[in-house]
Amino acid sequence: MIRWMAALLAGLLLGGLVHLVSVLALPRIASQDAYSRLERITPVNAVKALPLADPNNAPIPFMDPAFAIAICRYDLSSGPIKLAVPVSQAYTSVSFYTDGDVAYYAINDRSAGRKVIELDLMTEAQHAALPEDEEITAADRLIVDSPTSTGLIVLKALAADTGLMAQAQASLAAATCKVQTEPPQKPGATPRASR
Amino acid sequence: MALLILVTATLVGLGATWMTATRGTDLGTLTIGAWTARPRIGTTEINPYARATVVRSGELPLGTGDGIAFIATADDAKRPLDGRCDITVSGVTPPARFWTLTLYDTKGHLIANALQRYGFTSEEIVRNADGSFAVRLASRARSGNWLPTGGIERYQLMLRLYDTPVGIATRTQRDAPMPAITTAGCS
Repeated sequence: MIRWMAALLAGLLLGGLVHLVSVLALPRIASQDAYSRLERITPVNAVKALPLADPNNAPIPFMDPAFAIAICRYDLSSGPIKLAVPVSQAYTSVSFYTDGDVAYYAINDRSAGRKVIELDLMTEAQHAALPEDEEITAADRLIVDSPTSTGLIVLKALAADTGLMAQAQASLAAATCKVQTEPPQKPGATPRASR
Repeated sequence: MALLILVTATLVGLGATWMTATRGTDLGTLTIGAWTARPRIGTTEINPYARATVVRSGELPLGTGDGIAFIATADDAKRPLDGRCDITVSGVTPPARFWTLTLYDTKGHLIANALQRYGFTSEEIVRNADGSFAVRLASRARSGNWLPTGGIERYQLMLRLYDTPVGIATRTQRDAPMPAITTAGCS
């Protein structure tokens, strides 16, 4: 009897361990998470508008139907990304997620305080490699560090009422998200001959 | 004997994981009235249980710089939200530049209806003179702010506040007055 009780207890303890390991492993093995779902329908390093949330056809659950939504799925391995999102009439926000669906940064039109939300997304290593005076000239340029080299940028524009949806979609259609083609250079360090 | 240990361990371990990932845990939640939010879900400080829930459902949580989402699955009397009943969401909302109220089924899908109305925004809603509002959830048309339920047995409501001071520091109804949810008759 004691032996069976001991076995049961050992099973429970081991079960606790299995539970902890599986909870921590779940984000790695999940195949129906938002990143995996959107990876199938979005190009890399470009803005792609999602279809309006609708009962039969939603790319991910719990989408807010009051918003026009566009995705830029990024891959920073070929360089930092430049993002520009024109602000729509009501409310515009830009949210950043790792490839494991962790929201690590979000900004809205008011906190950006401009007509266009402009920022540079890079890995910490790319940020560290930026020439110093580049950072000074870029004092008013927002730099966001991505913890992972791939992830999602979600662009959202609110249609404050249903009649404004077309306008919200149009403002997102003008957003751009692309790899910086030229590596950042010190102003003046560029040889004139090349211009 | 060893088999018993292993079988118990697997059942207990995976069972607990499945339960927590499906139903969620109370860890790090903020509950005001019938509404519950997870203020850290939109940050890198998200806890492993919330992460497991997020990847399992396939949603993208609102980033904290964007807003916060409150969810309700039951009314103020803890009665599950039933699409065959007349339910009223009334009162005021916490300070926010905009909010949206959306009705989803238990999996997070919108519910089809002829009006293609899935929720209200703070701009669309018709308010009383004092700024408060009442949304009526029912399967048949109602006067005022009617949100169709499609008559489904169970649904959930999500109130999202955009550009809001409500967040990690919020504790009580006084900081964040949430609307009341009451069930009237059921058909």
